[in-house]
Amino acid sequence: MPAKKLNLRKRYGLLTRGMGWETTHQKMDDVFPYDSFEGIKITDWDKWEDPFRLTMDAYWKFQAEKEKKLYAVIDSFAQNNGQTNLADASYLSAIKLFITGVTPIEYAAHRGFAHLGRHFRGDGARIACQMQAIDELRHQQTQVHTISHYNKHFNGLHDPFHQFDRVWYLSVPKSFSEDALSSGPFEFITSISFAFEYVLTNLLFVPFMSGAAYNGDMATVTFGFSAQSDESRHMTLGLEIIKFMLEQHEDNLPIVQRWMDKHFWRAYRLLALVAAMQDYMLTNSPMSWKEAWDVYFVENGGALFEDLSRYGLKMPKYHELATAEADHISHQIWSVFCSLGNATGFHTFLPTEEKMAWLSEKYPDTFDQYYRPRFEYWHQQQKDGTFEFQKGLPQLCQVCQIPMVFTEVQTDPMQISYRVTEHGGDKYHFCSDGCKDIFEHEPEKYVQAWLPVHQIYQGNCGGPTLPEVLEWYKFTPEDIGNYIGSQDHARWQEWTGEDKEVKQA
Amino acid sequence: MAVIAKDGYIDLVRDRVENFHGNQLVYVGWDDHLLFSAAQAFPLPPEMPFQTLVSEVMASVFNDHPDFQKIDWERAEWVLDGESFSPAMEASLKENGIGHKSLIRFKTPGLKGINGLRL
Repeated sequence: MPAKKLNLRKRYGLLTRGMGWETTHQKMDDVFPYDSFEGIKITDWDKWEDPFRLTMDAYWKFQAEKEKKLYAVIDSFAQNNGQTNLADASYLSAIKLFITGVTPIEYAAHRGFAHLGRHFRGDGARIACQMQAIDELRHQQTQVHTISHYNKHFNGLHDPFHQFDRVWYLSVPKSFSEDALSSGPFEFITSISFAFEYVLTNLLFVPFMSGAAYNGDMATVTFGFSAQSDESRHMTLGLEIIKFMLEQHEDNLPIVQRWMDKHFWRAYRLLALVAAMQDYMLTNSPMSWKEAWDVYFVENGGALFEDLSRYGLKMPKYHELATAEADHISHQIWSVFCSLGNATGFHTFLPTEEKMAWLSEKYPDTFDQYYRPRFEYWHQQQKDGTFEFQKGLPQLCQVCQIPMVFTEVQTDPMQISYRVTEHGGDKYHFCSDGCKDIFEHEPEKYVQAWLPVHQIYQGNCGGPTLPEVLEWYKFTPEDIGNYIGSQDHARWQEWTGEDKEVKQA
Repeated sequence: MAVIAKDGYIDLVRDRVENFHGNQLVYVGWDDHLLFSAAQAFPLPPEMPFQTLVSEVMASVFNDHPDFQKIDWERAEWVLDGESFSPAMEASLKENGIGHKSLIRFKTPGLKGINGLRL
């Protein structure tokens, strides 16, 4: 008599491998048209191992339990006016950047994994991608639900998806996502699951989730925890796919190495926005960007690539530059936001005395020498009433789309890093050799880049004046500009009866 | 090398000069003045005299810096697309060899920014 209950391994086998078959009426290559044009050679999909051995029924059960807990916390947060327990309302600039810049990436990842969940030839890999597609959709949804509570009380949170497609600094995460989405499935999963989620995810998770905990934002902490067990599964998938590709065929190595180099650099450039958030936007920062980089990339990443060296995979190109830049990028990005704060959908504010003392301590080799003077100058201007936001629009990098603010940190940190190349008779400008290399490998892809500054000048963004462009972004006058004097600030003062200045520890 | 991407990828150069309604893009960066975090982008008619670029276009952004009024333009050092050059002030951008998406950098000897800190 057969056993009434299958063991986990058998169930996993039946519910994954048992769901696929060799097609006969149609050629397998027609059924799975996307998994070979990138040049990745797979000889045996059955060698795919899912370390979690998760089946759909178990998945639904786990996720439903997490949802119940999350929504109970969100309800109690709302009923107890959790927003009044924040360290300072200026902290919400970080949440505004998160909902407009990160949450839409979750949705883009959902789309990408849904595609892979259909188009990978191996059924085990397909199932893993289907679950991740649902995870990513859930993350997007829980973030919207959680942060919608703040939308009742504060400005700048009302239309993140509209803004993601239009706003000048949000083209940075948008172009990152769309670069991966328009690639083939193996490049997509190398980009998102490995370069982003495995190698760099802690650099996103720590500042946002620990940052939330440090600043009284229990709502964000809760969705962070709810997502965390998914993330560990995603990271494992990222590592598994890399090993799988490298074990399947030796010809895969140079392709995977090039993707690794490319997507490491793209993801790292995107995280420059997070670096600024971590060091400047958080009222209380759990650790500096540089500390996080040293722990999560230099130490942990170094150990990871040492482990992968047995497959012949090397550290991503330009990682030394990224480490050298760790002393600089948060200051450079926050400087450009502060000087263009009349066009950001979150409030900008200069670092306080306390914050600058902290930055001096965390960045002893750079902050006092290169960055403190500009913030002190702007402070003096604000005190004298002469501070003005900059009037022009900045030159953007053709690949990462960040304003060209990065400097030659290894030779002259006060010299902007300019790189240029020609293609089809036109010039293309870059912030770094990393971005220039990416362009030169696939110029036809990046000549299409939708650069917000150029689009404004082509007349595609609502009109030629700043108010018209901001209206096209759906930024209201209350969303933009200095925190001090904003509606958010006024409301916070009403609740707390104090905090006339930005509060930073 | 051709783009390796999903099917349906079209041939499109989004920033060709024809898309700028008679203007061309020109970038201008002021070395040693990092209060301006990046070079500035301007859409300009190729017939614009270089003098107008300096006294109107560049002034519209850079004049907020206290050094701008102190510049001795006779001594300014110019770099066009990586090569040093001497602009003819009355000649047009085009006649000066400034093309679509050219990068002009300038240094102002003796002026090193706020407190000499290259800001």
